[in-house]
Amino acid sequence: MIPPIEGVAAAVLASAAEPRVQVKDLHAFYGETAIVRGVNLEFRDESVTAIVGPSGCGKSTFLRCLNRMHETVPTAHVTGAVWLDGKDIYGPDEWVVDVRRRIGMVFQRPTPFPTMTVAQNVAAGLRGDITRRSNRRERDAIVRRALERAALWVEVKDRLNQSASALSGGQQQRLCIARALATEPEVLLLDEPTASLDPRSTQKVEELLYELRSQITVVIVTHNLQQAARVSDRSVFFLDGSVIEAGPTDELFTRPRDERTEAYVTGRFG
Amino acid sequence: MNNRSGADRAYAVFTTASAAVIPIVVGLVFIALAIAGWPALRQFGTSFITSSAWDPVAGQFGAAPAIYGTLVSSALALLIAGPLALGVALFLVEFAPGWLREPVAFAVELLAAIPSVVYGLWGIFVLVPLLRRYVMPFLADTLHLGNTPLFSGPAYVTSMLAAALILAIMILPYISAVSREVLRAVPRSQREAALALGATRWEMIRDAVLPYARSGLVGGLMLGLGRALGETMAVTMVIGNQHQISASLFAPGYTMASLIANEFSEATTPLHVASLMAVGLLLLVTTFIVNAGARWLVWQTGRSRA
Amino acid sequence: MSGSHRAVSPNTHNRRRRAINRVVIAITYLFAALTTVPLLAILFYLLVRGASSLSFGFLVHAPKPAGETGGGMGNALVGSVILLVIAALVGLPVGVGAGLRLAERPRTTLSNTVRFLADVLNGLPSIVMGIFAWQLLVRPMHHFSALAGGIALGVMMIPMVARTTEEMLRLVPVSLREAALALGYTRWRTSITVVLRTATGGIVTGALVAIARVAGETAPLLFTAFGNQFWSLSLARPIAALPLQIFNYAIAPYDDWNAQAWAGAIVLLAFVFVISVAARVATRRRHDSAD
Repeated sequence: MIPPIEGVAAAVLASAAEPRVQVKDLHAFYGETAIVRGVNLEFRDESVTAIVGPSGCGKSTFLRCLNRMHETVPTAHVTGAVWLDGKDIYGPDEWVVDVRRRIGMVFQRPTPFPTMTVAQNVAAGLRGDITRRSNRRERDAIVRRALERAALWVEVKDRLNQSASALSGGQQQRLCIARALATEPEVLLLDEPTASLDPRSTQKVEELLYELRSQITVVIVTHNLQQAARVSDRSVFFLDGSVIEAGPTDELFTRPRDERTEAYVTGRFG
Repeated sequence: MNNRSGADRAYAVFTTASAAVIPIVVGLVFIALAIAGWPALRQFGTSFITSSAWDPVAGQFGAAPAIYGTLVSSALALLIAGPLALGVALFLVEFAPGWLREPVAFAVELLAAIPSVVYGLWGIFVLVPLLRRYVMPFLADTLHLGNTPLFSGPAYVTSMLAAALILAIMILPYISAVSREVLRAVPRSQREAALALGATRWEMIRDAVLPYARSGLVGGLMLGLGRALGETMAVTMVIGNQHQISASLFAPGYTMASLIANEFSEATTPLHVASLMAVGLLLLVTTFIVNAGARWLVWQTGRSRA
Repeated sequence: MSGSHRAVSPNTHNRRRRAINRVVIAITYLFAALTTVPLLAILFYLLVRGASSLSFGFLVHAPKPAGETGGGMGNALVGSVILLVIAALVGLPVGVGAGLRLAERPRTTLSNTVRFLADVLNGLPSIVMGIFAWQLLVRPMHHFSALAGGIALGVMMIPMVARTTEEMLRLVPVSLREAALALGYTRWRTSITVVLRTATGGIVTGALVAIARVAGETAPLLFTAFGNQFWSLSLARPIAALPLQIFNYAIAPYDDWNAQAWAGAIVLLAFVFVISVAARVATRRRHDSAD
């Protein structure tokens, strides 16, 4: 089992790391309807932040604003700023394709590319010279490293050239995590990654997220409060598109400041 | 009560019988053509397919030029229409701004609604002169392709090239319609997965959409091929209707369908009729196989994938 | 924690990726534009070459003897109407009946086979249907006839109508049918009163589209209806038809006949287009309201 990080240690960790991602006054719309309203948040380096809240509260939409996936829907648009290492990802000089390489995402259902092998899937996000045939060995090394980080290497090392569809659901999801990690993103976003997995696979994913906490910035949307408690240092409570409360996870869960937060974490609604 | 179940039964019989008409018709067509064409097949054997000698007076019938012409014109039409249709489909599904999508889609659909004889009419009086006056000299002289076997010889009035071009225009909307459906069926989650990895729209299409839709797209191409193989009126009006196998696209030729259309009413001897029927049987078998294969491929992508 | 591979000239490579992306998009725009060219060219030439020959006289007169100017395609228009009526009488009841069967018991072996064969039949060359009808209907009777032509067209309509009917019936919610059955309606009464009535619009649209498609067919008529230079209403005689007349006039060596071919093509195309457009509008409205 994963031990939750306790009080003082958490505060020390939290204050030591620099904010990697800063969200300033973010609003997200579908057409005229605002789904995310005026969000201000910070995500520290080398941390895991959980975003919790009842269904329909806008947490997934908010997450998708962090890697500019929200705008793939025709009438969607965003106001406000999201700064990654001091530069607004919505700035005029930013190429959205590049932003998405630096901020990776894993979705609720595993989405391996069915016509590709396991290795090809992991390498699917790589661009540039590394994709040349002559750089095969370098590419294989990257694939291996990504699979190790996703705690999948041992299970698939003899199956690298098999179709990705042959893997189990839990393995496919970890494959997607490896695929996202292969591009060495600075931030990893996960949208309810274990919602469609069985308990054992869920545990494996949670364990690997716990490992990742010391490497990159992780933001995970989850409707499972216990999972948030197990995996994250900090938590954010979303309601109706706004942030109600944010803070160290154990504080949010045991000593929430807002009564709506308390109502949610004690299970009175949601 | 009796009346009710009697009416129910009559209804069931009517609908089942109506449905059964379709496989019965298919069977009848095969049988009828086989019976009518058998005398020619029995007499000539495999030389029916390999011989180029078509002489009604002497009673010699070899369908090789027609078979050759069918294959060449259809293949060339597919070569031209395939990429164009895929491009249009991609345009409609991925890139077209909302206001442009419907009009373009509609225009492509209208192409499919134009009757073959109207295409032929336009072919005779517009396309063929255009080819002879501008395109063929351009290919032969300006591009210096005139020395290559494909484009050699004088610019005839009617030609294999004209037939292939008209066919390409005619099959394009069919390939495009199927491709469009197949591309649209690629799940949104696949596209998002590619985009989230930092792909440009083209890279997303190349890595996530096209591989996923591959078998359906091939099915669409086969469907277009099936149409091209059987197209009659437009082809017979622009291909020249000559029993000859020529390497040059500038020369006239024949296709199985246009051969039947051209000679059937004037076929005098029973052997002539039987030979044309045999050609019809060949055409039937070929298009049946191609269409069945196309249908199967397109159906496969309709089923959900892992 | 940044990977070394990222340092390999990211800007030039990104520029290349953006360029390729733009080129691909441009190509698709180009192809879309290219496909409209033939359509516009055909419409343009039809109007330019045919409009002058299109007159009231053209629509009501029969052809003059070869070489003489004047005359029209009136007999061909009437002939086409007669052929289409026969075709509809043959094709619509059987097609709708088949469609009902396919929609009500969609997963039986018979339905799967019929559906598959209907689609394949739809793609078979119409000249094959023509010589098939000749073999079965003209050869034994020793003469061409309007009946043979109409039946050939009708048989071609059957798989088209069957499939569109099935599609339309599938759109009717299952709950509607179940509610009727629960109320004590018999199976056939359910189908006729509840289901058909809901789907009638779509079925009619599908039928009209099928009629429009066979209206433009020439090949099946070449050896069945055969064509006729005179007025004829007889079902047992050869009969003129618009596409046949267009074909004969187009390949004839007389300028006046060529011009009339263009005029005839305008009439034919107008008929086919109007129905296609109306069908598209009707279908879209139905799909929108069904969602």
